Amino acid sequence: MLGLVCRRSQPTGAVRLAARARNLLPALWAADKGSTAKTLYATPWYNKEPNVALYAPWSDVEHRIFRVLSFVKANVSARQPDATVLQELYSDMELIRQVELRLSTMFAGNQIPGFIHSSIGQEAVAVGVIRAMQSSDTLVSTHRGHGHCVSRGLGLEKLFQEILGREAGVCKGRGGSMHIADASLGMLGANGIVGAGVPIALGSALAQKTRKSKAVAVAFFGDGALGEGVIYECMNLASLWDLPLLFVCEHNGWSEFTPSSKEYCGDLISIAAGFHIPGNVVDGSDVWAVNLAAKSALDAVRSGGRPQLLVCMAQRIRGHFEGDPQRYRDRSDIERAQARDPITRALEELHALGVPTDTTDAIRARSKEAVQTAAEAAQLAPEPAICDLVGAVYFEGAV
Amino acid sequence: MGAEVSFRSALNRALGDALEADSSVFVMGEDVAYAGGSFGVTRGLLDRFGPTRIRDTPLSENAIVGAAVGAALSGLRPVVEIMFMDFVTLAMDAIVNQAAKARFMFGGQFTVPLVIRAAHGGGISAGPQHSQCLEAWFTHVPGLKVVCPGSVEDAYGLLRAAIDDPNPVIFVENKALYGRKGVAPAVWETGKLGKAKIVRPGKDVTLVTYGATVAQGEAAASQLMRGGIEVELIDLRSLQPWDETSVLESLRRTHRLAVCHEAVTAFGIGAEIVARMLELGFDEWDAPPVRIGAPFSPLPFAPNLEKQFLPSTEGIVEALRGLLR
Repeated sequence: MLGLVCRRSQPTGAVRLAARARNLLPALWAADKGSTAKTLYATPWYNKEPNVALYAPWSDVEHRIFRVLSFVKANVSARQPDATVLQELYSDMELIRQVELRLSTMFAGNQIPGFIHSSIGQEAVAVGVIRAMQSSDTLVSTHRGHGHCVSRGLGLEKLFQEILGREAGVCKGRGGSMHIADASLGMLGANGIVGAGVPIALGSALAQKTRKSKAVAVAFFGDGALGEGVIYECMNLASLWDLPLLFVCEHNGWSEFTPSSKEYCGDLISIAAGFHIPGNVVDGSDVWAVNLAAKSALDAVRSGGRPQLLVCMAQRIRGHFEGDPQRYRDRSDIERAQARDPITRALEELHALGVPTDTTDAIRARSKEAVQTAAEAAQLAPEPAICDLVGAVYFEGAV
Repeated sequence: MGAEVSFRSALNRALGDALEADSSVFVMGEDVAYAGGSFGVTRGLLDRFGPTRIRDTPLSENAIVGAAVGAALSGLRPVVEIMFMDFVTLAMDAIVNQAAKARFMFGGQFTVPLVIRAAHGGGISAGPQHSQCLEAWFTHVPGLKVVCPGSVEDAYGLLRAAIDDPNPVIFVENKALYGRKGVAPAVWETGKLGKAKIVRPGKDVTLVTYGATVAQGEAAASQLMRGGIEVELIDLRSLQPWDETSVLESLRRTHRLAVCHEAVTAFGIGAEIVARMLELGFDEWDAPPVRIGAPFSPLPFAPNLEKQFLPSTEGIVEALRGLLR
């Protein structure tokens, strides 16, 4: 209500800030049931010194819907990254980057059938969140999901072979880039249908709860999925049934070929708050911040047995799919995305923390080499044998 | 011979026994717990098994079936009730793109032991959006099994088999059958999917049907018997996979084949059965095939129009007589 009024009257400066703070109230209420609205009014966040660790310094008009920021409650000292941990996070991101770069080259060289969606620019989200998960947790991925696979530890050979449609691919070459799953890693599938993985994660969370397991489920989805009603059906159910589910919105600003701001006017944090799901927005190009926020959210999901939402403000450096000429996209938007490259940022931070360039160079070289080995092996690997397709549809053995 | 029991109570017994037998089985759907189901099929289960295993859901078909897929991929055996089969349209992504494909497209890593119970059929003036027989859609999707029982015994046996099956099964129940009574079998047994049943042997014409029209087929066969015409009545029971062998054997005996269902005739189950029988047994036919079903129109509300729309015993008798003329 307040949000609507404010938007209509176009307030400026302090008025807008105050309006934002009021807008934020439901989210904060949901995040911290112990606080009263009165207390929050008395100490609005914008009057405080930065006692919060993470923020998305977002000012692009495309992303105004998320300018109503909410903050992970962590103390200032937590903001200072630990060099060892950050190096591990960087290493994972670099591996994803090298995979995507290699795939991009291979695609351009007509070596990959079908089409692929690159996650270049979004590595920090995959790594930050998945590194915060436990091995018994489950996740669903999206069509832009190579990074999720790599972070979760899917072997590069199995990954490349699947994307190239080879027999030894993780799904025997039957799924391809958009349909990768690995039961042994709790990966319940990337999905070619936008938003469709979310109810699957919900069901997995329901299974965890039914079995009284401490494991939780993580649902990755993009901002393009926000137009899909099933997301909100799932928010309702996750909250109604107290399910251990973390919603992770990988917000890259694009819904295929159209800025998501032209397709969506909701404030996801407030919507989640309306379902009593605490939500946070985090800078999705800051892997340390994402990891911290994800740890905090997953801890809350695990201990509270209730859903949480994490919105990661990332950027899509490549097109919707590889080979996309991006005629719909202003050059400046690509440059802006490149300027927020999570890998550049992590490198700068690592070097500032005293990690020598040699070390990071070595990590990159190692990643490149591992990717090259896997990619070359996949190219030489046999295609799936022509087989009884019909016989592979149903399972008729004993379970 | 056992006592008479209703189709509804046979389904209820099947659910109860499956829940007893396997702790990973659970039931969810709109109004299934406290209300006991719109058609009373889940009555009493909440008291026996508690709210974790008998779960009321909001009206969110897509999320419910999607969640059932996720639960099945994670090792549970969900049984979802879709109150009216018409509402299954809201869950098509979860059924067609997710449940049906997960095993195949993930290279056989997963099974999807999921049952979706859905009530189809007219006859209660429920109108165009609460009466449709949409089973043919699902028989067209590789990865799904489709079952539609026509007797009390099969209501139990096939539902148990569907729940035991490691694949997603669309289990279709005709609303007209819920209150229908039949003799309880001496022992309630789990059935087998994919096997038809010869309800009544005959030498003159084969009538293949399933679900509620089995009873109409029986009534028609009795009438024709009085005129000396012997109908071999086959209850298909399982629509995907379906029992080609039994139908072909019957065609070889009678050389005449009619298929009857409540669903719209065009592009329906009957079309597939006839096409396959032409492919497999072209030389067996002594008369052109006959399909008996609903006209190519939505189901109308007014009782007299609905009666006109639905297949009737008289209509079946007439069609079979025409076949033998």
